[in-house]
Amino acid sequence: MSIEVRGVNKRFGDFVALDDVSVSIPSGSLTALLGPSGGGKSTLLRIIAGLEFADTGSVEIEGVEATHLPPQQRNVGFVFQHYAAFKHMSVARNIAFGLEIRRRPKAEVRSRVAELLALVHLTQFAGRLPSQLSGGQRQRMALARALAVEPTVLLLDEPFGALDAKVRQELRDWLRRLHDEVNVTTVLVTHDQDEALEVADEIVVINDGRIEQIGTPDQLYDEPANDFVMSFLGPVTRLGGQLVRPHDLELSTSDPGGGRLCSITRVTRVGFEVRVEIEVGDETVLVTMTRTHYAALGLDLGGTAWVRPVAGAPTVAGSSNAAVQRDFADAG
Amino acid sequence: MTDSRVVRYVLRFVAVAYLFLLVAWPVSLVAKNTFAHGWSSMRTALADPIVTGSLKLTVYVAVVAVIFNLVFGVGISLILVRRRFPGRRALSALIDLPLAVSPVVVGLALVLTYNRRDGWLGTTLEDHGFHVLFANPGIIMATTFVSLPLMIREIVPVLEEIGTDQEQAARSLGANPRQTFLRITLPSIKWAVVYGVVLSLARALGEFGAVKIVAGNIAGRTQTATQVVEQTYQDFQQNTAYATSFILALLAVASIVVVSIIRPKGNT
Repeated sequence: MSIEVRGVNKRFGDFVALDDVSVSIPSGSLTALLGPSGGGKSTLLRIIAGLEFADTGSVEIEGVEATHLPPQQRNVGFVFQHYAAFKHMSVARNIAFGLEIRRRPKAEVRSRVAELLALVHLTQFAGRLPSQLSGGQRQRMALARALAVEPTVLLLDEPFGALDAKVRQELRDWLRRLHDEVNVTTVLVTHDQDEALEVADEIVVINDGRIEQIGTPDQLYDEPANDFVMSFLGPVTRLGGQLVRPHDLELSTSDPGGGRLCSITRVTRVGFEVRVEIEVGDETVLVTMTRTHYAALGLDLGGTAWVRPVAGAPTVAGSSNAAVQRDFADAG
Repeated sequence: MTDSRVVRYVLRFVAVAYLFLLVAWPVSLVAKNTFAHGWSSMRTALADPIVTGSLKLTVYVAVVAVIFNLVFGVGISLILVRRRFPGRRALSALIDLPLAVSPVVVGLALVLTYNRRDGWLGTTLEDHGFHVLFANPGIIMATTFVSLPLMIREIVPVLEEIGTDQEQAARSLGANPRQTFLRITLPSIKWAVVYGVVLSLARALGEFGAVKIVAGNIAGRTQTATQVVEQTYQDFQQNTAYATSFILALLAVASIVVVSIIRPKGNT
């Protein structure tokens, strides 16, 4: 294991940021800490980096007890949401910073910086100041700066949070390729479920200072441990008191057996997807399907149909109504 | 012409007129009087050892005070912005005190603390042969006291604005606190420090009230340039007074002009 966090507690005044959190992060993996804002995931990352210290509990990095080590002795690379670029230094000097602090020979610094500039596609911007770069370029520079010192772990705190959607998607793909190339143990904090599902080998879901579930994206999506994980990762709707994914519901015009009668109240088409709102008893349920599938069914708005979950669809007993309502709103 | 343009021109005129009547005109009169008889006033003043001695003392005191302000100003600013401790707001308010109270009161307070008969610290220091009042240490203390807030009030907002992200990034890249300060924090607040130095230098050159009380106004020894201006003016040596005033104003204006020239555009 590359990072071992054991029994960490952290309070800020009365606010409990982390409540007895333990997690093991394997070497060479890309792990996402996923959860809503204020859930404690950034605090956990900053405790691993040494930018905050745990009240109780311990942190071990690559077998070295690090609980009380100052950040500069942990050999971690940290990337901040708002880049934390050194504004008075050129891109090249930013990247060279960690190496200069370590008093590496000039020639080595120069070749390493050139190598990293190429890796993050910023070679032609080497002499510019950070203020002359776009957000995405700044974040790539920050990544190169963190990688320059060959850290044992790379920690990314909402790295793409301040970027617009398109750049974000590009950088996400790029980060995944970069990770496969340099293979450094990476921990990414994000509140964006798509980002976590797409990029990470393993996801740690954190909410209210506690770990809800740890697993691969498939495990979390297909076997959610509880209603929070189910509703936080991916769309969710409620049928007969059970939480179920809207795309795991099937509609048919004749009773397939085990189906429930429903009326179709609303149909919205968004790109390739069709969202059908149905009423089952007094519940409003969302069903999503492809456009082709919808056309093949031949449903009528205002008409009736039968609905049932597909075989093997993950369902969870829904206890927290608020979370479901929120996600229903997001999905619709 | 639209109404808003009229208002704009009126406001502009008021601002310029205000500055002219309050600052530009009176200061220009000092220059005009200094050179009313060509360079003769200036030559007379600079030939007087009391004047040249006082100018040297003033510059010496101002430079030493600025060095103290530089070290303590940067230090106190860092503590005020980067640390959270009980009494932080009280400290912040205390720093503005020298701007709020009259320099004469500052001088009197120093006299009460350091006088050799019953001063709280003065008696002990005198016993060890260290003179504060009527000597350079007292003048430097009074000058440092009145100009310290100028330095801190320049640095604090800049420190607050740059935040701690860059410093944390430097730490995570292996820099220790000293390296972080020298390579990241100090370059970021460089222009605030330079401006603080200039303002406190200008203020230190012109300090009058506090210095007058602690220095004792001993001609040729503890008399700073501002005291010489007062004394020569009262002794009917107006020309010397004008010339000395002009030199003082010139030093202060020159330092401000130099900074606004070398400061990069768009950088505050």
